[in-house]
Amino acid sequence: MALPTYASPLEKAWHYTYIAICAAIFFFLIAPIVVVIPLSFNAEPYFSFTQKMLSFDPTGYSLRWYDTMLTLGHGAPDGPRDSSWWEKAWETSTWIKAAKNSLWIGLWATILATVLGTLAALGLSRPEMPYRRLIMAILISPMIVPIIIVAVGMSFFYAKACVAPGSALSYVVGPFLSSKGCLANSYLGVIIAHATLGIPFVIITVTATLSGFDQSLVRASASLGANPRTTFFKVIMPLILPGIISGALFAFVTSFDEVVAVLFIAGPEQQTIPRQMWNGIREQISPAILAVATILVTFSVCLLVAVELLRRRSERLRGLSPS
Amino acid sequence: MKKILILSTALSGMAFTASADVTVMSWGGAYTASQVEAYHKPYTAATGKAVVSVDSDNPAPAVKAMVEAGNVTVDVADVEYADAVRLCDDGMLETIGVDTLPPGADGTPAAEDFLPGSVTDCAVSTIVFSTIFAYDTTKFPEGPTTIADFFDLEKFPGKRAMRNGAKANLEMALMADGVPAADVYATLATPEGVDRAFAELDKIKKDTIWWEAGAQPPQLLADGEVAMTTAYNGRIFAAAAAEGKPFQTVWDGQVYEFDLFVVPKGAPNAAEAIEFVKFATSTQALADQAKWISYGPARKSSAPLVGLYQDGKTEMAPYMPTNPANMTNALGSSYEFWVDHDSELNERFNAWLAAN
Amino acid sequence: MADAPATELKTSDGRPLRAALAAAQSRARRRAFLLVVPLLAFVILTFVVPIGYMLKRSFEHDGFSASAPSLAVWFAANPKGAAPDEAAYAALVSDLAKMQVDKTPGQAGTRINYTVPGTISLFKSAARKAKDLTPPFKEAMLELDAKWAEPAIWMAMREASSSYTTDFYRVAADQKRGPDGSWQRGADNERIYLFLFFKTFLLSGAVTLICLLLAFPIAHLLATLPVSKSSLLMILVLLPFWTSLLVRTSAWIAILQEQGIINDLMYSTGLIADDSRVRMIYNQTGTVIVMTHILLPFMVLPLFSVMRTIPPSYARAARSLGATSWTTFRRVYLPQTLPGIAAGSLLVFILAVGYYITPALVGGADGQLISNMIQFHMAKSNWSLAAALAAMLLLAVMVLYWLYDRLIGIDRLKLG
Repeated sequence: MALPTYASPLEKAWHYTYIAICAAIFFFLIAPIVVVIPLSFNAEPYFSFTQKMLSFDPTGYSLRWYDTMLTLGHGAPDGPRDSSWWEKAWETSTWIKAAKNSLWIGLWATILATVLGTLAALGLSRPEMPYRRLIMAILISPMIVPIIIVAVGMSFFYAKACVAPGSALSYVVGPFLSSKGCLANSYLGVIIAHATLGIPFVIITVTATLSGFDQSLVRASASLGANPRTTFFKVIMPLILPGIISGALFAFVTSFDEVVAVLFIAGPEQQTIPRQMWNGIREQISPAILAVATILVTFSVCLLVAVELLRRRSERLRGLSPS
Repeated sequence: MKKILILSTALSGMAFTASADVTVMSWGGAYTASQVEAYHKPYTAATGKAVVSVDSDNPAPAVKAMVEAGNVTVDVADVEYADAVRLCDDGMLETIGVDTLPPGADGTPAAEDFLPGSVTDCAVSTIVFSTIFAYDTTKFPEGPTTIADFFDLEKFPGKRAMRNGAKANLEMALMADGVPAADVYATLATPEGVDRAFAELDKIKKDTIWWEAGAQPPQLLADGEVAMTTAYNGRIFAAAAAEGKPFQTVWDGQVYEFDLFVVPKGAPNAAEAIEFVKFATSTQALADQAKWISYGPARKSSAPLVGLYQDGKTEMAPYMPTNPANMTNALGSSYEFWVDHDSELNERFNAWLAAN
Repeated sequence: MADAPATELKTSDGRPLRAALAAAQSRARRRAFLLVVPLLAFVILTFVVPIGYMLKRSFEHDGFSASAPSLAVWFAANPKGAAPDEAAYAALVSDLAKMQVDKTPGQAGTRINYTVPGTISLFKSAARKAKDLTPPFKEAMLELDAKWAEPAIWMAMREASSSYTTDFYRVAADQKRGPDGSWQRGADNERIYLFLFFKTFLLSGAVTLICLLLAFPIAHLLATLPVSKSSLLMILVLLPFWTSLLVRTSAWIAILQEQGIINDLMYSTGLIADDSRVRMIYNQTGTVIVMTHILLPFMVLPLFSVMRTIPPSYARAARSLGATSWTTFRRVYLPQTLPGIAAGSLLVFILAVGYYITPALVGGADGQLISNMIQFHMAKSNWSLAAALAAMLLLAVMVLYWLYDRLIGIDRLKLG
């Protein structure tokens, strides 16, 4: 974005103003996320930098808000921190339980969304796919329809979606359902809801990868005697894998960040991290929320780096293909 | 495949072990904390059964939604009087009955031991609580003393906070406008009375933050976000006593009522839940709760046992809503009124809030 | 072509080539479709059906009809507008007595209360006494409460005696029953829903516009910088995108609240006095700021992907032909970015219209959107009204979605 040599002084002035404006906008984007990190080490229960923090006095900083993540909900937080204390924290601490729930639900929702979504994307990107536009519109709509509508619909429907206790189906899915055998207030209900919300992301990323995929490779593979399964696992899969993984990461983040569906359809057992943060923000907004936030930001930086690496790999691979 | 199998067994194991013996839905914050200390922990110690707390801004609508959807996840809920009556009328609660409750510690039958009206067919009172207003003494050394001062921005400038809802706000507004406590509900039953209450609220609308959860008002005061707020009296006491916050409660124009335990119809462990309610509303448990928060116990036999705050030096009596000194201009919340007008006045309140 | 069978080509096994081709094509179509079927079935079952079920609830409410069979018979036998006679009151009394036994007077009253406020206790108290009433029932009922003669109540009961109704859409359109029972516009201080829809669209429009103004310069910068630099800066756009919504919302609370960073900064630099701290959150301002921050990446990414494809030579050509830099921007560059502007704006607007979390947490009283009202009625168990409001919102979003598909095409939606 170098300035052309023929630029007038006015244009030069404008150019630097423009750079300054862009810098300000980038600052607006990133500052709120960065500011959370030092504030989470505040020794005082305030949301602002104290004098001590500004003068880099070590007593102005502490890990107390990180500690509350272990002790909140812990039956005996003040006891000696021996192995039984940690065991109890692992079993009962509100935030640890929420983290476990978030990870489990996210994992299963991601598996469900990625497997179904990748299959569908393979079908959708075939030129002979009938009703392509309509089907695509339906599959993307969970991303478009306001989440509150999805949540309201699901909360009506899931309360009625029950299996009779003792029926064959209840032996298969029973453990994942609520004590009444319904989808509402069950792990399975939340997993299905989150998978549905994650599907559009898988479809979008995988079809995007497939659009750069050279279909003649499939014919080449077939002409060399590979059956469709071998072709899929040996030729297609390695090439679109980066797209699948980044789709899966999107699906996971969607689930990991989701709170409205959890508010409407989850029971007290399925409290996730965002749900717990929601409680915290509404009731007792303390820097403990910011401590959780800091951990999540670290987490998203890792994910972002992973996606970026995948994207580069995908572009490199696509560069190899003769399209 | 094997991995998936292991994962699924682990997950299903988690779903099973997490189910608790009794799940109690209450109002969160200092109030839930006091219940945990006075009811849940002793109950677990006595029976070996775990008690799980679930927080809610207001458990009653949640219970109604659960029962109507046939999808009840809590065993015991802590609700306000009007809601207890309404839910019971609609057949959404298990019947408990005063006769099944244990007698007071002094042997008085439960029917006489509980304060008049505090036990209904489906609900058992635990406490008397009050909606009061409180202020930050560092902001007003010569503090407000009457409910009218709360609505007077000229005499006492500064942000206000009130509960996001019609109940108690309209009553306080009328009392601030000079309506005697005894006439509040008669006035509010007329369209002119409602207009009058909203006109009073109009005076402070632009400077008011609206809270949802009972834990918010002490937080708003502590953060300096507001100078004065309405609140449940126990929350202000807990913040002042436990954390030494400079909060002063003003009892003029307080609106008091019972809080009750109910068992929703279709509760997963209804029988166990009723046992828990009996335990939690016994003389000793109710008296113990007053050690943690300044709400008056609903049993007469508990009153003599109420002594000091858990710090061992603060006398509780002056902080109780029912203390005669605090009752000079107090209003008992009318459940008959709110059963009938709740949805209508809340609609009006929402429209009023949304309009700029 | 069809009338030239003699020249028809054949495959090696003697079948007509055209038929073989058609068969092969339909086989390929079937295969492609089979790959999509599992997901389509899944989405229909977990997403389309629940929403359909919700739409059904917006038309259906049996709170009154289920417990008032006798009245339903009377209403069926008598035309609309017929004055309630002794038979009608007899039916009413018998239904009220039944309600008392079934513990349903509250539910029935609630259903009527939705359109005629203040009737719950009317039903409850009448139901309590119903079994002791003796004919003539009309006099007996009017003696209990003169309200029982009001046409509005009878009109409301007639409407509610069928479990299918458009009442909730009427209420959602801010109408209420007048004293004679007909629908009319609600009084000014009672109208809320249409106003909230309007406000939702207005705020979403404002957020979209601000997003566009902020996204345009940085998307342009990203598109024109060399790849090595732009991919570094791109991280600044993508990091917020990947960061939890609740994290960003709580960060903004820390920044904007009255004891927060900005106010502290202004106070310590002497810009404002301690008692005149600016309120930037828990109101409309807060909603707009935080929503803008959250939705900005959704505007930057489509703009960026369009701008990247615009060759810089066009601008140079315009300049060499004597256009000023402003004219070059306005006449050459801007028109080429229109597809990106349309895609980003529509996407941001669609997402903003349905926002729930952010307004609920930072919106205070006047920053609430229609989603929050839907949640309010869900919490109050007024499910049919919540469903009716949701249906109206859904319709609006569907129109926008259709527009998006028409103008941009959903398959061109890109992430990252």
